[in-house]
Amino acid sequence: MVKKLNYKFEIKGVNVFYGSKQAINDISLNIEENKITALIGPSGCGKSTFLRCMNRMNDVITNCRVKGKILLDKQDIYSDKIDPVQLRAKVGMVFQKPNPFPKSIFENIAYGPRIHGLGSTKAELSEIVLDSLERAGLINEVKDRLDDVATGLSGGQQQRICIARAIAVNPEVILMDEPCSALDPIATARIEELMNSLATTYTIVIVTHSMQQAARVSQNTAFFHMGDLVETGETGKIFTQPDEQRTQDYITGRFG
Amino acid sequence: MKKNNTPQDKRLLKRKRAESRLKAYGIVSICLALIMLITLMTSIGLNGYSALQQAYVKLDVKVESLNVLDEDGFFSKKKALLFNWDGVVRNSFLSNFPDVTKRSEKRALRSLISTNAGYDLRQYFKRNPSDLNKDITVWLTVSDDFDQYLKGRFNTSVPEKDRRLSNQQIEWIKFLSTNGKVDLKFNKGFFTNADSREPESAGILGAVVGSTLTLIVTMIFALPLAVMAAVYLEYFAKPGRLTDFLEVNINNLAAIPSIVFGLLGLSVFLSLFGLPRSAPLVGGLCLGLMTIPTIIIASRASIRAVPPSIKDAALGLGASKMQAAIHHVLPLAAPGILTGTIIGMAQALGETAPLLMIGMVAFIIETPDSFTSAATAMPVQIFMWSDSAERAFYERSSLAILFLVGFLITMNSLAVILRRKFEKKW
Repeated sequence: MVKKLNYKFEIKGVNVFYGSKQAINDISLNIEENKITALIGPSGCGKSTFLRCMNRMNDVITNCRVKGKILLDKQDIYSDKIDPVQLRAKVGMVFQKPNPFPKSIFENIAYGPRIHGLGSTKAELSEIVLDSLERAGLINEVKDRLDDVATGLSGGQQQRICIARAIAVNPEVILMDEPCSALDPIATARIEELMNSLATTYTIVIVTHSMQQAARVSQNTAFFHMGDLVETGETGKIFTQPDEQRTQDYITGRFG
Repeated sequence: MKKNNTPQDKRLLKRKRAESRLKAYGIVSICLALIMLITLMTSIGLNGYSALQQAYVKLDVKVESLNVLDEDGFFSKKKALLFNWDGVVRNSFLSNFPDVTKRSEKRALRSLISTNAGYDLRQYFKRNPSDLNKDITVWLTVSDDFDQYLKGRFNTSVPEKDRRLSNQQIEWIKFLSTNGKVDLKFNKGFFTNADSREPESAGILGAVVGSTLTLIVTMIFALPLAVMAAVYLEYFAKPGRLTDFLEVNINNLAAIPSIVFGLLGLSVFLSLFGLPRSAPLVGGLCLGLMTIPTIIIASRASIRAVPPSIKDAALGLGASKMQAAIHHVLPLAAPGILTGTIIGMAQALGETAPLLMIGMVAFIIETPDSFTSAATAMPVQIFMWSDSAERAFYERSSLAILFLVGFLITMNSLAVILRRKFEKKW
């Protein structure tokens, strides 16, 4: 029986250059809808660069050039017809370091919906904010202090604020760039839990340094090394019987 | 304890000595700077404090209302203009000296009273029309030489023919002071009058208002332009030759002698655009041109100091660069921008050279009432007073300097306070 796969992203032959230095060599990868895909690999292997191509965050980096095709729902996101601003509303991003705006919790979540015109009245915005906080599993912790400054929260809470902020604009995909690297194990566990519950609605791509995390949360894994995509496949298979020697070496801790 | 003779110990000792030497140099240089500052401010202060007081003479006057009021009992400008106020002052003053009869002596006596005393009397009755028809005593300003003599700033060791006060005049002054007819009072006129030919009626209000109007124009003109330029350069400009060229030139502009901006203002604003000369509008535009590079540099630095993660967060949510800049980065950069602006404004406030070129160095006795009326500015006023012959202008320019310095200190402290207050920590 052949399983019919739904690909959210189809990436074909992508090369990325920083000036004259090539950071990513001819990568092709498909990302399944409503699944969690983990990108693993040693530092400097290009996984964050690759992630940032998927919502064109690389556009703002000077000297960065992207070649190849990245199709989101069969449409090339690098074509002239696509407005990167609209694209980023569809493909949200959570960063390595929690970066809430130095404003109130409410304002943090409400900012996205407001600029995209999702809630015109205070009541509508308020509903979106509460809903997003609930989906991010934060509602019980912050519902009484929505007017407090978000930067006063703990690191884990700040990161969940950032996730709530990302889902408040109703994206289809959430890109996470090492979202737990600055957090303690308990906060990490809560975020992983959250990712699992979000995966039913969203397609999630996560870059991580922790192979345990990749093994725990993802359904698919792609292993990057030196700008190459070495191997990709179901997480279970990558971690138990990888095809490539390099993958084997990395997951067993021989380098990286 | 072991002696310090191993190489490590010696090195350590040497390092410690070098450190304390450096510290000592620092303390010495700060002390030197402080001593110079204190010397400067003290000498200006000693010269200027006496301008806070002004000598007044007590005169008994009576003015009939029919000379001043119109039929309806209101103060009539026309009648007041025609009335001989100087005569009233003169007669009242001369009545103190009944034995003075010679014309030349009378003239010498009269010159002890300020030539503006008649005007002051008119203004007094304009404010207090109820004192008409009554015998009242008023305190009127005396001449600057009289004033300087009372303050002990008149050098009597000079031969009489080279002095501005004769022995006879000094006798009269002594006579008046022993009879309690003269007194040193707070010099209110210094803060409420504009410039005058007579030092005793000259004040800085005109210059203060002129400076304020000029700075308002500077601020309105320079701040938005400079902030927009900074945002553009930081967020939108593609790095390359052109941007580098712009950057170098902005830094260059900040170092250009300010008189060049005055020449530019003269040829562009006055000759080409035909704007009025001596006007705060033009002065403000010139100073604005001068201030823009300062604000751009400060704004760029503070925009760059905002963590890029904030910009990334906004962009990642689908905000445009513009929205990221306006909603998130600029508010966080505002304290720095504000500081830069205030420092630029303070610099503009103390600037004289560009104003020379556009005619703001002028003798203007009216306090300016609009952006296009003729005005002068505080540093220019100081420049003009210090250039005058009268001794009394000397103390006034010193006091005006103190006033200007006080203004600058206030502005700079405001910059520090605002930065402390709005600085965000993350």
